[in-house]
Amino acid sequence: MNTNHVRPRPILLLLLVPFLGLLDVSLYNVAEPTLFGFPFFYWYQLLWVPITVLLIWVVYQGTSHDD
Amino acid sequence: MTTKPDYVAIGIFAAFFLLVTVMGFWAARWKQSSEAMSLDEWGLGGRRFGTWITWFLVGGDFYTAYTIIAVPALVYAVGAYGFFALPYTIIVYPFVFAVMPVIWRIAKQHGYVTAADVVYGRYGSRLLELAVALTAVVATMPYIALQLVGMASVLAALGLQGEIPLIIAFVVLAVYTYSSGIRAPALIAFVKDVMIYIAVIAAVAVIPSKLGGYGAVFAAADDAFKAKGAGGILLKPDQFLPYASLALGSALAAFMYPHTLTGVFASKSANTIRRNAMLLPAYTLLLGLLALLGYMGHAAHLQLASNNDVVPVLFKTLFPSWFAGFAFAAIGIGALVPAAVMSIGAANVFTRNFWKAYVNPAVTPEAEAGVAKIVSLVVKIGALLATLYLPTHFALDLQLLGGMWILQTLPAVVFGLFLQSLRASSLLAGWLAGLVSGTWFIWSDGLKPIHHLAIGSAGLSLYTGLLALVINLVVVGVVHLATSLRANR
Repeated sequence: MNTNHVRPRPILLLLLVPFLGLLDVSLYNVAEPTLFGFPFFYWYQLLWVPITVLLIWVVYQGTSHDD
Repeated sequence: MTTKPDYVAIGIFAAFFLLVTVMGFWAARWKQSSEAMSLDEWGLGGRRFGTWITWFLVGGDFYTAYTIIAVPALVYAVGAYGFFALPYTIIVYPFVFAVMPVIWRIAKQHGYVTAADVVYGRYGSRLLELAVALTAVVATMPYIALQLVGMASVLAALGLQGEIPLIIAFVVLAVYTYSSGIRAPALIAFVKDVMIYIAVIAAVAVIPSKLGGYGAVFAAADDAFKAKGAGGILLKPDQFLPYASLALGSALAAFMYPHTLTGVFASKSANTIRRNAMLLPAYTLLLGLLALLGYMGHAAHLQLASNNDVVPVLFKTLFPSWFAGFAFAAIGIGALVPAAVMSIGAANVFTRNFWKAYVNPAVTPEAEAGVAKIVSLVVKIGALLATLYLPTHFALDLQLLGGMWILQTLPAVVFGLFLQSLRASSLLAGWLAGLVSGTWFIWSDGLKPIHHLAIGSAGLSLYTGLLALVINLVVVGVVHLATSLRANR
């Protein structure tokens, strides 16, 4: 069976960025600065939703899909 | 929570419930092919779901009714720690983008319906297939029961006492899932998700303005946690690793469940899944805002009999009856979609990996659909009886164990897609080691998800499921090396 569909390409490393940004909790476990009343802890993590979508979109555009 | 029946809210709830019931039965004819009913048709909708249907379907069954009740309840109870659901449901999407299109393609090529099918096709091991299939079914059962718990909490908030409303709702669900298969939840998910979006957006826009803005909401929650002497709106340093490991472990486990994989396999193309990895995070945004309802509960000074009441009581207290009824209908219908997909997923596994594998290998696709339909009924009745006769914590404990168990199937299901030389023997040994060690840790920790590892005088605490996965992977590696060395001698 041909299982080698995903050739390792540098652009795929972008998919790891959200893991780095979110799994090191010491980066963002602070209250200041607040945004619209949200402590940093909350708006920082919410901000990663659009950032992650953007990163996936860049990878999607940058790789070829024959299916 | 004892409440007087609220007839306006009950009327709205009943009207929407009736609407989705009609849709559920009508769904049998929606996008139906001319072929006879096969398992591919009943259980996967003929693999013809495009981007938007998949978005509603997977969104509807990944972000479940129980999530809508439980995440704000956890945030209400413990604060920031309950927010791990947010990083969890973000980092799951790079994983989905990279892995799920590959699995989809193999499933499509060979007509696979379950993860255990993929595993059997890759390794040819009935034993490994059985391990993956058994884990999937056992992990899914308590998940279905929890959807009922979510529905029961909104029925109670409406003032509907007793078990009859819950039984009626579930029997109706069972019957239309039987006749329509996955098309029923796929169609109902449109209604459910639109309703959930309206309810949550209204809640996060209107409630804070009644309570003095988001700054006041966070301040009130902070005061409540300080008065209680536990929890907080920021994490304590010893919670960093539990928080991160819960997020990572949950993200890796999420798409190993039959209900999420069923949504993936039902997609029309690999690009359908890739586009959904970019569109589904919209639900995560919603979930993140929804979680804040827990803090709004503190700001509104709610008196709650149980943490799980925070969302229903908040809606009843701060919204007119008709809107509360609408929101409760959203949550109640929200329980139907995942419960239906979960029972279909479990039924697919039973049919393919028990019935076809052991009882009748020559079963036709039509007979497969027949078996799966019956099993979906049995699964739902089992979940209903479990909800009615067993204490709720039983389903919760099993759900906790189930998440750890399903995570142990990750190496068998996913790693073989990218690594050529893996063998069934090492994967099976790893699965067993992860399962046994994880179960032992959770059991000896008093059914808590976090295990403390003492390393010398220091130590670290992390999600037991992830710890068990590490043990699983170490065993896979060791057995792989040992058998490779022996083979080369």
